[in-house]
Amino acid sequence: MAADAHSLWASLAWGDSGYGDEFVKGVATTLFISFSSYAMAAGIGLLGAWAKLCHIKALNRTGEVYTTVVRSLPELLLIFLIFYAGTRALANLLVMLGLADQGLDINPFAAVIVALGLIYGAYLTDVLRGGIQAVPKGQIEAAKAFGMHGPKRFVRILFPQMIRFSIPGLGNQWLNITKDSALVSVVAQVNDIMSVGRSAANSTKHFVFYFGATAIVFMIVSAVSMYFFARLEKRANRGIRRA
Amino acid sequence: MKFDPVYMFTVVMPQLIWAVPLTLFLTFGSSIIGNLLAVPVALARISPNPLLSLPARAFIFTMRGTPLLIQLYFVYYGLGQLIPGWMMRGVPFLRDGIWYALFAFSINTAGYTGEILRGAILAVPHGEIEAARAFGMNPWKVFTRVTLPRAVRICLPAMSSETILLLKATSLAYLVTVYEVMGTATSIRVDTFRVYDTLIAAGIVYFILVYGLTRVLNWVERRLNKDRMPMTTSAPKPAAA
Repeated sequence: MAADAHSLWASLAWGDSGYGDEFVKGVATTLFISFSSYAMAAGIGLLGAWAKLCHIKALNRTGEVYTTVVRSLPELLLIFLIFYAGTRALANLLVMLGLADQGLDINPFAAVIVALGLIYGAYLTDVLRGGIQAVPKGQIEAAKAFGMHGPKRFVRILFPQMIRFSIPGLGNQWLNITKDSALVSVVAQVNDIMSVGRSAANSTKHFVFYFGATAIVFMIVSAVSMYFFARLEKRANRGIRRA
Repeated sequence: MKFDPVYMFTVVMPQLIWAVPLTLFLTFGSSIIGNLLAVPVALARISPNPLLSLPARAFIFTMRGTPLLIQLYFVYYGLGQLIPGWMMRGVPFLRDGIWYALFAFSINTAGYTGEILRGAILAVPHGEIEAARAFGMNPWKVFTRVTLPRAVRICLPAMSSETILLLKATSLAYLVTVYEVMGTATSIRVDTFRVYDTLIAAGIVYFILVYGLTRVLNWVERRLNKDRMPMTTSAPKPAAA
């Protein structure tokens, strides 16, 4: 076992003889997927929060349906739906419209990012909606009384205050998105942390070691993210007196 | 392959409905085991003794900081490496993926609920614990009769949303060869190449399950907090002099 353990640690070496560089690249890929889909989700979330809070009934309904459906289906099923059914429907649609040739393949990397973005868009919609609702009404009324127009009200008054209330929720969803990015390894081989760990474990049969290593890599990502969000929360709350 | 509602409702749906009991078994089984395990985890986490609180902290961080998928793979593939073969051989159920899934979901729930319960135990009003002590209850009685029931009521909303998350997470069990709703849908999809019918049918089933479970948990919440409801809406009556 001792010699075995030595060769196991050596198998994490950098370069062709080990999985070290694959794991580091895996972290980069996972972070890239998470960042891109999180950015997309934040955009959807802002739109969704606005749709749920605006005065147009149809938009309220649409936002409600979107968040309810997405939040009540398993993430894995949604990834399957978007990755298999969604890409195929989109490809068929593009071919039908004459925008693409027969046999169009949609980039799995893009499909995965869109899938996670659409899922987390629903979660961020509710996080941001809560943040907007936590801003006192008087603030907006005062801004209106000052004659600020809509976009200015949003940039100067609403956004800086809602973000303060939303940061804990945003942080939680970021942690969830990094963890759920592991699910994409089920549908596509995009060389994220999970795919690297699983292929290493499968080809060497050292399941405990490699799944353990994968878990530790995820824990490092989580720990760094938690530290970062704690700093961010502190910064967003500067100038707020704490009881 | 086109979307065919008739095929979906006559062929796919019945098979998925047969798989629902397995999904519910995984959900409730790991919810019960996990929530029971969460009590010692939470107690160890708030203990002043670092020999208890540090392992609990590490456990909670591991469960919350890594994807459930890895925990499931670790348990399913890794346990056979950690436990010597002669211990496994006589045990028939260790061959089935479902027990590994149950174990992985249970410890995951224990980690998440442990952290929730920790906050709730700390939120139990001091006066109630002191009153229980003044009655002469021993620490065990104080905990089982006052602290724990109070803490569970406090964190009931968080615990029920945790249960909903667990129901959705059981869909991962198909990756370790458990044919619950997701696994059944996937095997039909792989056999017939029908992407739309199988996945949409699974979506409908999960939507109904989550909706139903939400209603049940809301009912439980209302019921368990019945005596506290009027307190929040109406002013307390003046005590008789």
